Amino acid sequence: MNADVRAVKTPAEQALSAAFAAARNKLPGKGSVVALREDAFRRFDASGLPHRRIEEWKYTDLRALMREAKPLAEPAKTTGKVPGLSGVEAGRIAIVNGRYEPGWSDFNAHDPGMTLTELFAFAAEEASYRLGNVPGKDDTAVSLNTAFMTGGVVLRVKKGARIEKPVHIAHVFAGGAGAATYPRSVVIVEAGARLTLIESFDGPDRIDYQVNSALELVIGEGAHVDHIKVGRDGDAALRISTLGVTVDGKANYRDFAFTTGGAVVRNQTFVRFGREGTEASISGATLIKNRQHVDNTLVIEHAAGGCTSRERFRSVLDGESHGVFQGKIVVEPRAQKTDAKMASHALLLSDEAEADNKPELEIFADDVQCGHGATAGALDSGLKFYLMSRGIPEKQAEALLIQAFVGEAIEDIAYEDVREALLQASVKWLDARA
Amino acid sequence: MAFLEVKNLHVEVEDKKILNGLTLSVDKGQVAAIMGPNGSGKSTLAYVLAGKDNYKVTEGDVLLDGESILDMAPDERAAKGMFLAFQYPVEVPGVATMTFLRTALNAQRKTRGQDELSTPEFMKLVRDTAGHLGISQDMLRRAVNVGFSGGEKKRNEILQMAVLQPRLAVLDETDSGLDIDALKIVADGVNRLRSPERSMVVITHYQRLLNYIVPDVVHVLAKGRVAKSGGKELALELEAKGYAQFQGEAA
Repeated sequence: MNADVRAVKTPAEQALSAAFAAARNKLPGKGSVVALREDAFRRFDASGLPHRRIEEWKYTDLRALMREAKPLAEPAKTTGKVPGLSGVEAGRIAIVNGRYEPGWSDFNAHDPGMTLTELFAFAAEEASYRLGNVPGKDDTAVSLNTAFMTGGVVLRVKKGARIEKPVHIAHVFAGGAGAATYPRSVVIVEAGARLTLIESFDGPDRIDYQVNSALELVIGEGAHVDHIKVGRDGDAALRISTLGVTVDGKANYRDFAFTTGGAVVRNQTFVRFGREGTEASISGATLIKNRQHVDNTLVIEHAAGGCTSRERFRSVLDGESHGVFQGKIVVEPRAQKTDAKMASHALLLSDEAEADNKPELEIFADDVQCGHGATAGALDSGLKFYLMSRGIPEKQAEALLIQAFVGEAIEDIAYEDVREALLQASVKWLDARA
Repeated sequence: MAFLEVKNLHVEVEDKKILNGLTLSVDKGQVAAIMGPNGSGKSTLAYVLAGKDNYKVTEGDVLLDGESILDMAPDERAAKGMFLAFQYPVEVPGVATMTFLRTALNAQRKTRGQDELSTPEFMKLVRDTAGHLGISQDMLRRAVNVGFSGGEKKRNEILQMAVLQPRLAVLDETDSGLDIDALKIVADGVNRLRSPERSMVVITHYQRLLNYIVPDVVHVLAKGRVAKSGGKELALELEAKGYAQFQGEAA
């Protein structure tokens, strides 16, 4: 087989071409949005679905994993409620079947510190913001999202505003049969502002829906942003979520991806530190079982000096599940005094589970501190014996150790209620296992 | 009356025979010292009693309070009153000492059909004991043994023993790696737990520990079996003459 020649399109690729041809004149947005879509689709069409010989997608062969392309999801016909995070009070923005649904939302539109606009309304009014101009824009999944984007919101947090209550963008699939959604949102946190942003993905079990979401996150100078992404998709769902982040100087950015749901999930995060003095923590925890496949892929670009980044991912893999971590840290020549450390640890609970870790460092500056570490292994039998020798039964000892393993990642979340909610969610996952 | 009975115990580890017909009994309330040269099987005995994997019993039996424990999982043995103070206590990242103690105690009580201890009762029990052992509140909040010094880890073992109140405590070289002050604190903690209801097996290479924890009997292990038994004066004799005499004759 030759990797460079693509003579035959897969059924999914053919279906995507047909879907775009049918939808191109009906999809929302005008002018520049239309041009963006056309250009993005051309780029997708040239490359096709990413597969295992594309290095960035080596472990998540979308051509094999995405056998068919589902039709575009229809708007929800009813009004409902979106699931929150237990014990977390938040202003909720509902994205249902890939579209912003004010009727499902519970958001204080009168907060003087923020403005919320529907994606295409924003694109029509605001020429100052160029959609899609974020790190990761050349990725094929992002091209597909841009071509088909069905809706979303633009949230702007004004300069210096401190938003106390978290804002929660809740994505829900509410259809009765498998369909595809392409939500796209933008969050701009201006200089000196503070925001805790929750993103969640929910949907029913046994329905093979597909989500290709993209979030553009723009963090201004000195801003504090905590972004927590919770993936609780149904057990037949395929979801690809791209996060493109640009970070200005002296900012504080903390990101956490928590994944328990979905059949195939890829969280891809592209971050660029553009000016000096930013501190960032990009971490996550994955708990999966059966035949779930979850891929966390990061590309962190240190384009300015004196920034600190910590990447810490932990995954608990049971059954025949497959956990993937790919982390690339790029330190550009001018990014002296960069301090970047990446660690990925996988805990394998069964002989059939598989973990792939691919850390990469590309360092072009000479005065930096960078490092990475990766481990994959079973529960430590010595630890388990120690706990059992104190009277703790085997299953409980295992649960305590797994909980501790995941807990060490979740500890990174600054917002206490969210931290508690995710600790509880991991306990629930463990209880279901026992 | 014997609380622990080890009968003609033969044990292999990775196809290597370590215990070779060991017979030993420890009475209720008795403190028995087990001494012996390196490789005589002291630590193997400790692990086999506690139920560690990979220790294959090929012959013999171990009775606790008249019941064979060899088929029991470590947690079942613990609920029955077994406690092993580890020679090398392991670090348990992410599990706070308090959580660990409470989980262990309540799990044992549950297995025994007892109610869980209330939070105030539990807190009082831990605080009082921790105070005697010089264990700070900060250590109790930290993850089990993580970042603890060697002495702190050993004190933490004794704290667990005090909280779990076992009927048989096996102390595996609890003196190793301790300076004299730490040794006194640990020995003091152990002595406070001496009771007519509690048996102890104190495993040590050196006689020094036995100045502080004075045993009722001393057994000398060599080549996987008891080579000699006697009173506490046997420990002094060993200190003077060394183990060489046993290493020859037990062959």
